[in-house]
Amino acid sequence: MNRSVGFYLDQALKTSGDQAQTCQMPRLEDHCWSCSCASSAETKHSSGANWLASKAEEMMSIITSVLSNAYGSLHDVRTANLIRRGLVLFTVGASLALVLNLLQIQRNVTLFPEEVMTTLFSSAWWIPPCCGTGAAVVGLLYPCLDSHLGEPHKFKREWASVMRCIAVFVGINHASVKLNIDNTVQLSLTLAALSLGLWWTFDRSRSGLGLGITTAFLATVFTQLLVYNGVYQYTSPDFLYVRSWLPCIFFSGGVTVGNIGRQLAMGGVEKPHMD
Amino acid sequence: MFPLLPGGRAKQSHTLPESRGEHYVNHKAPLKLKKPSAAAFRAHKQPRAREITWCPVSRSLDAPRRTVLGRAVLPNGRELTPRQDDAARAAKREDLGGLLPPRAAVRLLPTHTSSYSPPPASSPAGSYPLLRLPLPGTGPVEFTTGVRDYSVPSHEPQGDLGERPDWYRGPPVAYIQQVLVKAAVSPWDSSLVPVDVFRSPLGRAFSLLEEIRNHVHSDSSGIRSLETLCLQVTDLFPGLRRMQSVLPEHGCLLVSPGNYWQNQRELFDSDPDLLKTIQKHEPKGLHTSATLRDLLFGVPGKYTGVSHYNRKRVVTYTITVVLSSYDARFLGSLRARLKQLHPSANCSLRDDHMVHVHFKEEIGIAELIPLVTTYIILFAYIYFSTRKIDMVKSKWGLALAAVVTVLSSLLMSVGLCTLFGLTPTLNGGEIFPYLVVVIGLENVLVLTKSVVSTPVDLEVKLRIAQGLSNESWSIMKNMATELCIILIGYFTLVPAIQEFCLFAVVGLVSDFFLQMFFFTTVLSIDIRRMELADLNRRLPAEAGLPPPKPGPLRPREVPPPPRPSPHTITLQTPAFRNLRVPKRLRVVYFLARTRLAQRIIMVGTVIWIGILVYTDPAGIRTYLAAQVSEQSPLGDPGGGGLPPHLGVAPVFRGGDPTSTLSIHPPPDPTPLPENQSQGHHGSARAGPLPQAPPAVPQITWGAEDEEGWRRLSFRHWPSLFSYYNITLAKRYISILPVIPVTVHLSPQEAIEARHPQDTRYPPPPIPKVTADLQTDLTLYKVAALGLAAGVLLVLLLFCLYRVLCPRNYGQNGVAHGRRRRGDLPCDDYGYSPPVSEISPLLLRGHSMDIECLASDGMLLASCCLAGQIRVWDAQTGDCLTVIPNHGRCSSSGCWEQRDGWDGVGGAADSDCLGSEGRGSSVSADGLSEEEGGYPLRRRSAPARPTLFTDQPISRRSSPTNFTSQPPRTSPPPPRTGFDFGGLVERAYMEHEPPSTSTYPSPSSASSSPPSGAQLQRTPSMGDAAAYLNQERASAAGTQATPDWESSVWALELRGNLIVAGRSSGKLELWDAVEGSLRCSNEDGLSGITALAFLNNRIVAARLNGSLDFFTVEINKPLCLLQYRGAPGRGSMPPSPCYSSEDVISCQLTRSVQCAHQKPITVLRAAAGRVVTGSQDHTVRIYRLEDSCCLFTLQGHSGGITAIYIDQTMVLASGGQDGAICLWDVLTGSLSHVYGHRGDVTRSVCTTTCVISSGLDDLICVWDRSTGIKLYSIQQEVGCGASLGVISESLLVTGGQGCVSFWDLNYGDLLQTVYLGQSSDGQGVRQLLVLDNAAIVCDFGSELSLVYVPSVLEKLD
Repeated sequence: MNRSVGFYLDQALKTSGDQAQTCQMPRLEDHCWSCSCASSAETKHSSGANWLASKAEEMMSIITSVLSNAYGSLHDVRTANLIRRGLVLFTVGASLALVLNLLQIQRNVTLFPEEVMTTLFSSAWWIPPCCGTGAAVVGLLYPCLDSHLGEPHKFKREWASVMRCIAVFVGINHASVKLNIDNTVQLSLTLAALSLGLWWTFDRSRSGLGLGITTAFLATVFTQLLVYNGVYQYTSPDFLYVRSWLPCIFFSGGVTVGNIGRQLAMGGVEKPHMD
Repeated sequence: MFPLLPGGRAKQSHTLPESRGEHYVNHKAPLKLKKPSAAAFRAHKQPRAREITWCPVSRSLDAPRRTVLGRAVLPNGRELTPRQDDAARAAKREDLGGLLPPRAAVRLLPTHTSSYSPPPASSPAGSYPLLRLPLPGTGPVEFTTGVRDYSVPSHEPQGDLGERPDWYRGPPVAYIQQVLVKAAVSPWDSSLVPVDVFRSPLGRAFSLLEEIRNHVHSDSSGIRSLETLCLQVTDLFPGLRRMQSVLPEHGCLLVSPGNYWQNQRELFDSDPDLLKTIQKHEPKGLHTSATLRDLLFGVPGKYTGVSHYNRKRVVTYTITVVLSSYDARFLGSLRARLKQLHPSANCSLRDDHMVHVHFKEEIGIAELIPLVTTYIILFAYIYFSTRKIDMVKSKWGLALAAVVTVLSSLLMSVGLCTLFGLTPTLNGGEIFPYLVVVIGLENVLVLTKSVVSTPVDLEVKLRIAQGLSNESWSIMKNMATELCIILIGYFTLVPAIQEFCLFAVVGLVSDFFLQMFFFTTVLSIDIRRMELADLNRRLPAEAGLPPPKPGPLRPREVPPPPRPSPHTITLQTPAFRNLRVPKRLRVVYFLARTRLAQRIIMVGTVIWIGILVYTDPAGIRTYLAAQVSEQSPLGDPGGGGLPPHLGVAPVFRGGDPTSTLSIHPPPDPTPLPENQSQGHHGSARAGPLPQAPPAVPQITWGAEDEEGWRRLSFRHWPSLFSYYNITLAKRYISILPVIPVTVHLSPQEAIEARHPQDTRYPPPPIPKVTADLQTDLTLYKVAALGLAAGVLLVLLLFCLYRVLCPRNYGQNGVAHGRRRRGDLPCDDYGYSPPVSEISPLLLRGHSMDIECLASDGMLLASCCLAGQIRVWDAQTGDCLTVIPNHGRCSSSGCWEQRDGWDGVGGAADSDCLGSEGRGSSVSADGLSEEEGGYPLRRRSAPARPTLFTDQPISRRSSPTNFTSQPPRTSPPPPRTGFDFGGLVERAYMEHEPPSTSTYPSPSSASSSPPSGAQLQRTPSMGDAAAYLNQERASAAGTQATPDWESSVWALELRGNLIVAGRSSGKLELWDAVEGSLRCSNEDGLSGITALAFLNNRIVAARLNGSLDFFTVEINKPLCLLQYRGAPGRGSMPPSPCYSSEDVISCQLTRSVQCAHQKPITVLRAAAGRVVTGSQDHTVRIYRLEDSCCLFTLQGHSGGITAIYIDQTMVLASGGQDGAICLWDVLTGSLSHVYGHRGDVTRSVCTTTCVISSGLDDLICVWDRSTGIKLYSIQQEVGCGASLGVISESLLVTGGQGCVSFWDLNYGDLLQTVYLGQSSDGQGVRQLLVLDNAAIVCDFGSELSLVYVPSVLEKLD
């Protein structure tokens, strides 16, 4: 399984030159939102984890280079702008990943490698970067998609709204952590409704919905792959062998990051003063 | 549901040094000073079980003392903290332990450790200690029950046990039985060394331990020993290797100081340095709250007496037995046995209370990170939201109001929900940010934006109403949507979500109401303030506005539809002055004036607070009573008439006389042990008698020993248990009453127990620290803290005040209201009208009628007939400078005569139009005289000499009338038309100073002496006359000598320069602030009739029709050093400030000799253009920079009498033919012509209409685009020319002693402001609209400064 994932990644790396693959691979990376929910700890497979970690790092660097080169032919200003946006998104994603990770750890939902609490930043060190990269990619993809589809995002374009969106996203995470519902289906439905409400409140664009769903789907699949490979481990997979609220979190995360990305693309200079 | 949780929580906070925590507690401690003692006292008094809070105060107060005691505090906690890898490994297990049940974790660990992969290289294990710091505020809670009837509480909650806390269920984690040992070597021998104080007493611990261990109780139910009852610990927590030698690792959890020596007497005896052994395990660096020493000794380190400096020579320690089950009989027998062995006769410790201590879940910083993040996001949200507030007076204030709105709606929500029986189960701090975000600030912001984008000139309430109505739909829609979403959330049937939704719904609704009733109010106040401030320095408000949105309620933006038949509004004379205020209003005024209600409320509040403070049980009364009873010579605490429970005990702990004495032993360094016998302790009551040698170690038992564990850190027990991987979080332990043991040792025993090295210690130095000092220090600390808090509070309030109130908020109104009380209409009743009424400010100082007015918005310059120039501050009305006219006396005779004329008709003075249109009315008079339309004015019109008219009839009329009015024309200047120069010369020679004073004003100057016609005829003569003047001036002194003789005909003010044009043709520049003549120019010889001062150019129009362009130059570049105030709006360029050091020169740059064929009547300058109007029916436009004539506009069929030009290059001219022409300045084409009856005296344009006043005393308002007359206002006779436009829709006109404000859109009279009481016959002839929404008008010899406080109040 490790091999297959690696192969897949390699494939993605090789073909990362063209646009479509660039999009796809970032989505892969985006799965690292799973860090907020997925985790692991089979020590036997730690070598595998290390390998994957190094791979991910490599991939990350390649992605950044690809991202910077992809639009290199365009204006320098635009490239700089893009990089800046990417950096901001990366920071946001990484910090959100850390924070949400902590939330999950509090709930003991995930079994991390044993040194997580003390060495939270080291044990799963590759998770925040991955999440950051994923956030950067999704956040850059949203405005890109908007412009391609010719549907400029006009709904609630202001930082206050974006902040609200982030707050709701964290709230959904919080709820997924803190709610004790015996019926997991009910929990999943509730969270799904919340996520859809988030989209409806802050996005309302078809592209946002589509991208969010895609993100959620791919991220969930990727997390499942990781789990099957033993890198991660759920304490108790509750619904069809998946943490049932994972897709909802991914979806709302995608929408949130997309919101930030759009706002960055629009405002440009302003940075979100959030973390 | 998550049974693993508590274990995980407790884990993180137990092992690491809690230096931060203690630090924090130390700060807080003084504030809580009284609590524990009071609580203890209460527990004493009330045998009933009671729940009290265990505050870690006494312990935390100790912390500073330790350093005082001189023990070495080393910088790092190396001793207790395991080494790096140890720590990492320990932490690992700890964490895994957090996820597993504690016991299981311990057992599982060894198997797991082998398979651990090494942590990644980058892992800085254990380098995040901050993440695991416990936070304060999670202090344990305790609950006291009696020992006798104790039974293990059941798991099931029982309903009727009301006082029983809900955590008191099930058996405790452990029972703690402490054996408190007090040992002393008695009598003390001077041959003993300090080590003897504690060596042999400590040695007794081993025998006691043996006794306890081997104690067996046997009765009918069987034989019980300690082994069966005690808490069996299996393994010390891994990673505490260093502790292994000290803490018991297997078997009973029994700790005592003997653990330092592995409970082996031999090791103890062979230990050369006991203190070193004890210190060895102490953590270095900052003290943690529960050190190993505290754990083993069971009392705080400073009370143990194990040191070289123990002056009491009593050693105290405990043997702590942790029991897993409670057996009353065994414990009873153990207690009896120990008491029997070591009787402590004077011990009165009670043993009937059992204290259960519940430990809350501890929260580390790691848990707080997500919370902190949500709060950060919340603040970011609030920041980004409130950043959008704009166009308001105080952004901060409004943002605060918005946040307060949301917060108070949340509070209301919680309150309402609680009121109706909902018990909040959610963690309020956690859901709070989400609630705020859900409720949101959007509506508030939308409301603000909508309101501030309404037209500024509307009334406040109308603006609010418009703003609300514009956004009503969106607000309602948003609220409905949110309610729907929340309702959907409510039907998820998840209890937590339901509760959240309930809060959110109630919060939303209350937020809605708060928005409507609270925030809107704040907003309106803010807008009102903004307008007040803005009107003072008029910003280009209209220009800054966003384009107005088309709305259904905005009819005012579009011009009113042309009315088919122009109606005439007659200015009615309001009967306001004669109004008697009804009695009830007088009462109200009286109340308002004295502010009775506020004062009564204030006094009431103060009294109430005082009563509260006095009657508070913990308050000042108790304290005072305690003080009094303490200081009273009788000394009986009950004598003060206090109830016993208010006695001294809560305040002064340890009021027991014996303990007090034993706490303060007299510092006698040489004890006398001979008197003491071994058995002395048997009569312990007699021990502290005064005659007894005080240095005898006395073992006393005080109340503080009863629950000695209270003095320990509240983390004492959790840390002890955590060493064995047992968490106390969310669980409780039961602390049994302590067993007191008194041990007396003879000196002999002490000497026997000595180690050979003990004697090598030097005698101890005398300790300097006394307990008194310590308590004093505490008091001082409390006082200092209170002082600091008070100062901080004051500063905070001050900052709040500064933020919320501008510096001079409300100053103007109050001051003026008070100052001019006597002038106001209803002052008879002792109350000056509120500030909101428009009240004029009279500027007194001139002795004669004011002739010239000039202002640049900041300063106001006026010149009276007497030639005196005064400079006023246009804001406050203070007279800044007086430039007197020295050479003259004011000829009051002339003045009175002139007054009489005014009585005849105010029209006589209506020619004084400031700098525009002067004289036109006069010539119009001539016309009207021709027409014979106004017989009344026939008499007055000639009084104002006609001029600038080449019509024979008016020229004819003037001389004749002139002669008929000799008083006025006592210096009959060149009016006759013959021999002009000679006449002037003679006039100057003969009537030297006084003569000129009677020259009519510069405004009427054009209409006065040297008529243009004459000049045209005999220019040489006029020049000669002027030349003569010049000669005289130069003869008088230097060039810069003021010309006192000629009168000021024109006045202009820019920056701090006053430009005065004199009848002699001299141009003078005065410093407005210093009143000094800066320079003068005498190039021109004919009198200056009009002046314009724009940027650094001065344009002077002269009698002979020439136009002179001057340039003001200063040595420095024209002072752009500094701009005063805001740049004016409209035609006002930034007025430069000329500093007094600059040498200012005024050079004639160009002189257009024949600018007009006939005398120039009007001169206006704006937007880089100079517009002149002349008697020759033409208007010329010059460019200011190069004096180049751009256009000559021909369209009038009469002389030009009025010109209006503003910054937007709107040019309107009115002439004697009654026509008003609107010109296109760019092309010079005529765009519209309007008609008037009679001469146009004044014309003003707004964006939608043209306002003109004519000699027919009508003010006509024309639609600018269509030329249709909208309506006209009938003015009082003679006031027709004084009008001004304050804003787009506010017109002000002058009347007889009053000014009237009109709504331009509808022609409604808004308000009439009376300038003074003695207004009879004084008409307002000149009216100047200043930039700060004030108007200045002349009022006889006074100036009247009328603030229009709020344009929006015009309908009130």
